[in-house]
Amino acid sequence: PGLHCKRPWNILRERTFFPPAELCPAYSRVRGLSSSSSPRVCIVGGGPAGFYTAQQLLKVGNAAVDIYERLPVPFGLVRFGVAPDHPEVKNVINTFTQTAQHERCSFHGNVNVGKDVTIDELRQAYHAVVLSYGAEGNRSMGIPGEDLPGVFSAKDFVGWYNGLPSNKELHPDLSFETAVILGQGNVALDVARILLAPVEMLKETDITQNALEALAGSKVRRVLIVGRRGPLQIACTIKELREMVNLPNTRADMLPADFEGIAEALKDLPRPRKRLTELMMKAVKEGGDDKAEKCCGFRFFRSPVEVLAGADGKRATGIRLALNKLEGSGESARAEVTGQLEDVDCGLIISSIGYKSIPIDPAVPFDPRRAIVPNEMGRVQDTAGLYCSGWVKRGPTGVIATTMNDSFDTAHVLIQDMEAGKLDLSVNKPGAQAITALLQTRGVRTVLFSQWEKINAEEEKRGKSQGKAREKLLDVDEMLKIAWS
Amino acid sequence: MSACALRVFVQRAAVMRKAAHQTFSQTRAFPQCVTGSYTHSRGINTLTNSLRAEEKVTVHFLNRDGKRITVKALTGESLLDVVVNNDLDIDGFGACEGTLACSTCHLIFEEGVYKKLGAVSDEEMDMLDLAYGLTDTSRLGCQVCLRKDLDGMILRVPDVISDARVDSEKESSTAPPKV
Repeated sequence: PGLHCKRPWNILRERTFFPPAELCPAYSRVRGLSSSSSPRVCIVGGGPAGFYTAQQLLKVGNAAVDIYERLPVPFGLVRFGVAPDHPEVKNVINTFTQTAQHERCSFHGNVNVGKDVTIDELRQAYHAVVLSYGAEGNRSMGIPGEDLPGVFSAKDFVGWYNGLPSNKELHPDLSFETAVILGQGNVALDVARILLAPVEMLKETDITQNALEALAGSKVRRVLIVGRRGPLQIACTIKELREMVNLPNTRADMLPADFEGIAEALKDLPRPRKRLTELMMKAVKEGGDDKAEKCCGFRFFRSPVEVLAGADGKRATGIRLALNKLEGSGESARAEVTGQLEDVDCGLIISSIGYKSIPIDPAVPFDPRRAIVPNEMGRVQDTAGLYCSGWVKRGPTGVIATTMNDSFDTAHVLIQDMEAGKLDLSVNKPGAQAITALLQTRGVRTVLFSQWEKINAEEEKRGKSQGKAREKLLDVDEMLKIAWS
Repeated sequence: MSACALRVFVQRAAVMRKAAHQTFSQTRAFPQCVTGSYTHSRGINTLTNSLRAEEKVTVHFLNRDGKRITVKALTGESLLDVVVNNDLDIDGFGACEGTLACSTCHLIFEEGVYKKLGAVSDEEMDMLDLAYGLTDTSRLGCQVCLRKDLDGMILRVPDVISDARVDSEKESSTAPPKV
């Protein structure tokens, strides 16, 4: 029963094995699903861009959509980037789950596209391929001392407290009083808030246990968030700034000199920028509770030029900043050097100046200057049948909703191309059946969505025993063991 | 039914039962109206709709494609509830499920109607500030509840940003200074 479909899975197991419904051809016949002639689309990347692109494709067309993800677990930065104390932002996981469970959609985790399978092989098996693999690298400051112990990219630091497997051995040393963060976007504010938040605020979230314990023992009391331009160019948004201002037991540590001329500029600002600036100025004026044990502040018009090491040269003990002046105004104002320098003593330096995409496969064009896949409205340059959505298409900025709209745009363009006959849909494409079989010959086994749900259940169970939303698994091998159990 | 089809049927039923019990595990930012979980509330609200016909309010949505969608909804429901419960075809509406963590339920009101709505909290204003096409009569749908005196109001669903334009604006400010 159930094993009349002859597939190689049973060779690998000692006992009879029922392949998951999604891959059984009899299943397709029973459900009257995507016959061999319906379009098959492959999406590379199981984060918000991948899921939103899939969602729109499933809604508007009759395509079968397969999502490939490198990790055994889906959801990308929603799982590994959004701060633990922002659980509402993660509600989008509910809609992604519904998408993955759509009868024309299947998720395949544990597949490293570019290494386990090439883009060309995917293009042979599908009518169209969408690259939604995001930005896993980070911009470097490009200054001496950047590689000293004590210096981290925000990407790695956030990955550490959010349980990204490749950051589990980060072990940041939190025994110094002052931390300096370069960059003033929402990621920088998240890092500052996690460093300064009372442990009571974090202990019921999905922050990893080792990060929680490290933060409980942290000696960090002062965080400076440094930007190369002025208050009117700050990249963070007001919600995050308000959370910072309202942090218990933390006072604001700002330099009134940084705010010269700002009050006069207020009246001409559009409402969002005006409210943000007014909130900052209120923090400058009121300062906050003098008895507060911790402080957090912005430093403007400063760019990092060198990480300073102590006498033994073994780790970071400070950072040298160059003072800038502003040329121009508004969003396009530029920072120009003045020649003045300033040293700040600190033991923890976090560079939060942007994530960065990397090339996935030599067959895919890549623009190294902008660090994106060159494209026209989501159609990859000079490569028919290849599309992109999300950060790898636009660059690594914006919130989930930005990526959502962008992914919908790419899906619409793809559907347009299908309807205009730009993709040869008359050719049958084998889709996941062929790719899964190919992966098997290379010793790669995929994780299906129903198998991720076992990992999910285990994480929630472990979390419950600690009074937390979940306790994330940190080890890929452990994830696979549970998925395939 | 073949054994295979039966196994599939049982599996699918289990998935649907699980989805029905799934509520969002995160706190909602409740306006003064009561709302339920979105993954399964539709059935329940249809039932209560027919029992409470006298508290119905007519709302018109002017969608992005120019089409007008008219629905009857209950007083007390938020505008996000109305969109979800009536399965209105508005792409990407209510991504954060009413928790004031996004601006995708952004709606534009007629001026006279806007003035009748309550004061906007700082938290709502903070998220509204991020909405594309913000106007003086914009609100987040998840924070506005239906009342009898809003009967017949027309809501415009704003356009969403096109990525090409964002790219050109960002270009000039991404280059680091020469130090």
